[in-house]
This record gives sequence, C-alpha cells and structure tokens, in this order.
Amino acid sequence: MKLSPKATQRLAWGIIWAAGIVAMLSLLVIVGYILMRGLGEVDPEFLLTPPRGGLSGEGGISTAIVSTAYIIVLTIAIATPLGLGAAIYLAEYAADSWLTSIIRYGIETLAGVPSIIFGLFGFALFVTVLHFNFSILSGALTLACLVLPVFIRTSEEALKAVPRSYREAGLALGATRWQTIAQVVIPAALPGIITATILCIGRAVGETACLYVTMGSSAAMPTSFLSSGRTLSLHLFYLAMETRALDKAMATAVVLIAIILAINWATNWLSQRFRARMTGG
Amino acid sequence: MPKMSRYFMDALSRRGVFLAALAAILIVFLIGLFVIQRGLPALVEIGVLDFLFGTVWRPGINEFGIFPMVIGSLYVTLGALVLSAPLGIACAIFLAEVAPYRIRGVVRGAIELLVGIPSVVYGLVGMVVVVPLIREIGGNGFSVLAAVVVLTVMVLPTVVSISEDSLRAVPVSYKQGALALGATQWQTIWHVALPAAKSGITAALILGMGRAIGETMAMIMVIGNSIIIPVSPLDPARTLTGNIAVEIMYAAGTHESALFATGIVLFVMIMAINSLAFVARRRK
Repeated sequence: MKLSPKATQRLAWGIIWAAGIVAMLSLLVIVGYILMRGLGEVDPEFLLTPPRGGLSGEGGISTAIVSTAYIIVLTIAIATPLGLGAAIYLAEYAADSWLTSIIRYGIETLAGVPSIIFGLFGFALFVTVLHFNFSILSGALTLACLVLPVFIRTSEEALKAVPRSYREAGLALGATRWQTIAQVVIPAALPGIITATILCIGRAVGETACLYVTMGSSAAMPTSFLSSGRTLSLHLFYLAMETRALDKAMATAVVLIAIILAINWATNWLSQRFRARMTGG
Repeated sequence: MPKMSRYFMDALSRRGVFLAALAAILIVFLIGLFVIQRGLPALVEIGVLDFLFGTVWRPGINEFGIFPMVIGSLYVTLGALVLSAPLGIACAIFLAEVAPYRIRGVVRGAIELLVGIPSVVYGLVGMVVVVPLIREIGGNGFSVLAAVVVLTVMVLPTVVSISEDSLRAVPVSYKQGALALGATQWQTIWHVALPAAKSGITAALILGMGRAIGETMAMIMVIGNSIIIPVSPLDPARTLTGNIAVEIMYAAGTHESALFATGIVLFVMIMAINSLAFVARRRK
C-alpha cells in the first residue's frame, strides 16, 4: 500500500514533532529530576560548610565553591590576554597567507582535542615536568589551553562585527592602528568580548576530565594556587562515584545548573545588546 | 617611566598580538610533543600491533592490550550516532521548517541549555535514571546501552544546531521551485531541502561522533569500566578515555606510558573523524 502525499506528510509531521518533543523532554527530565531530588538539600548551611566526608558525604560544598572560584579567576587571567591578542591579530592584522591558515588550522585542531588529552598534556607538562604537582595552578593552565579556541573564535567574531567605518574614522583622525584598535574597536566590541569570557567561565565550571588528572582530589580549603582542590563538577564526580552520596551529588548538581542558567542568561542578554549596538539601535 | 611614542606602541602591539596568535599553534605542537614523547616508549616496548589488538590489559603483569577499549569506544560512539542521527535530523527539520515561531524559540533555548550542562551532571542522571531502567531489562545496568543513551543526549545539540544551519542555508528558491511544481511541504523537505543540505548534515553527524568518542567522565559513571570486549549492549565496557582517566593517577613506568599511548590512539581516531568532517564540508 502506498500512502498518498498528504498522508505521508501527516506521518512525517508526527515524527518530526515527536523529535522536537523528545529534545524538550530530555532537558526537562534532566533538570526536573535533579531539582526534585537535590533542591531540598540546598540551603545556606550546605553552601557554607566544608564537606566532612564520611559514607554519606556529610557537610556542604564551601571548599568546592572556593576551588571553583580560584580555577575560574586563574583560567580567565591566563586565557583572556592570550586569546584577545590572537583574536586581534586574526581580525585586524592577519594577511591572507599560509601562516594565517596554519594559525587558523591550529585553533580548529585545538577546539577538537578532547578534554582528557588536554589532561594528559597538563599532567605531563605542568604536574610532572614543571613540578606544579596536582594543584589549582596545573588545572587552570590546562583549562586555559582548553578554553583558548572558544575565546579566540567568539571574540574574533565580535571584533569583526565592528563596522569598518569605525576604524576608518579613527585612522582619519590621525590615530595609529593600535590606538584605533585599543580606543575604538575594542570598546565597541566589548560586550562580545565579555560574552566570550562568560562562555569560557561556563566551560571552566563544567569541565571535569582535564581537571580530574591535573588538580588532585583534596576536599580541603585551598590556601594558594599551589593547593590541590576540587571544583564543583569534580566534587560531584567524587560524591557520585566514591562516596556514593547521590543526594549530596544531586544538590551539587542543582548549584551547577543554577550557575549554567545564570551564564546562559547573561550571554543571551549581552549578545542581544551587542547586536542592537552594532545595528545602530 | 617616559611616555612611549605612539608609533613605538603601534609596532610593539602588532608584534605582541602576533605572538599571542602563535601561542595557539605552540600549544597544539606541545600537546602532540608531550603525548607522543610519553607514549612512544610503551608503543616501542609492546609493539604497535600487540598494543592495538591485544585483548588483555593487566598492568600488574605487564600486559597492555587496548583492543577491548577500542571496541568499547567504537561501540558507544556508533551507538550514539545511530540514535542521534534520526533524532537530531528530525529535530533540525522541526526547528528549520516546521515549528511555529514561539515553539521554535523554546526548543532552541532548551537545546542551548543542553550544551551547557556539565558532563558529570549527564553522568549523574545516567546513573540514577538510565542505569536502573536498563537493570530492569537485564544485567546490572552499567552498560554500553546506558552509555549510548547518555551520549545521544549529549551530542544531540551538536547534531541539531549544525544540521539546522545547513537546512537554513538552502536557498529559498529551491523550495519555492518544488512547491510551485505542486510538491507537498514534506516532499519539498525530503526531495529538495535534505539533499541540498546533505554535506552540512554529514558534517554535523561526524562532529557529533568526534564529541562522543572524546567524552570521558559521563562514560566512566555509566559504562561500568570492566575491561571486557562487550558483545551485547547490556554488557559493561570501558572506553579509551575512561581507561586513561581511571588509571593515570596511580600509573608509573610502562603503565603510564601505555596510558599516554592510549591517548595517541584516541587522538588519531579523532583526527581521522575530523578530517572526514572536513572532506564532507568541502564537497559542497
């Protein structure tokens, strides 16, 4: 039996709608389940006390929050100057040459390298050769390499979105190219550059594999960049896999999802503003 | 400090940003250098073929064969591809052609959020939701199937967003032509839009595979990590990524080197997958 074109279309529409609904549902199941089981555990005490270990993973996540903050600050401090420099080079200076295509190819490759390979690299170079040991510094250096391509791509796009006329106006006033970039182009592209930074913070919060093999697993309060530590994601992993304290892991997941939601909201808001500004709104 | 001439600043910063751009290549180079330099001794000592096709991995007695992990990685990656391809493409058609404006915004927002959710959270939900469900079917739940289900959701955003972009890139005139000939909307999608977007959709699937094969923590959490060659989807297994992460902290000597060599194998597999994507995009 052959279906009429109309009937086929109805069938296809059914399947396509089902696919859209499945995508929605998977998000709802993930977020809903975690909120259901974890939200009750999240209170000021959970956020502000250190984990005490034990079989049910008693205590809170204060040290993990502090370690996460350390990692974010250090990773951003390393990755953004380097990434912004590279983005400026690619957007403003790079000629269409073989060297530029090698640099672009390098960035593409870096974006495709999986987290655990960055981890192996960080373990070999930072942990063992440079003797930073398992520390926040080793973790942040590794993570900075991982987020670099994300930052370069996003901020290069932001720089390229700045209209040519801005640069022409700067140069016509007698400014040097650098003065034009630093005082005209970068301020105009700033919301986009901040978006890139926030995206990197998101990656830093969510990344685990490369930190798992470079940061160690200490649950104590970090005292310096050379302390070992665990980020929230790592702490969740240890809670789920070693202590098997699933409810505490769920509560940690609630905090992680709240951070991701905030990051998502902030990037959307910023990029809307950026678009409005670039189209003269 | 005397004020530097602005021309000097101009020249200085031009070189500065150039060096920053070079850093990206330097990092790629260093990653390759360190992983290969650390992994090579094991490959030489064990022999490439024995390493790749050896079925016994027991560091205690100096047996290092990664074949079970190669199969484990391929198994979960292909499984995720088989599930996420129809789901992802249908979802992309939904977003590009079918969904009403408001619903499109909501679904796209959901997919954006799925990208941001950390992989350990996927692993956790896999452990407490997917694994017990699979235990009902048979086995102890920690299995290839659990890994495939979790990975499918994880790679879905990649497949959907790139496929949607390439469907949107199909010129409107193609679709208008088909509709003007009396084709239904679905005939237009099936016979005109999808073939025109084929190379982009292929690239989306391949990139999704690249993401799947590199996933580590979520896999460790749901796949069981046993070093066996999985036969049924209900069997536990171990991936190449999991092998590295689980053992690197306490490895030394040949064992450590063999884990770096596992990294080399993983890297080669990913480069092969990525160059497939490159070729698929080129064919446009």
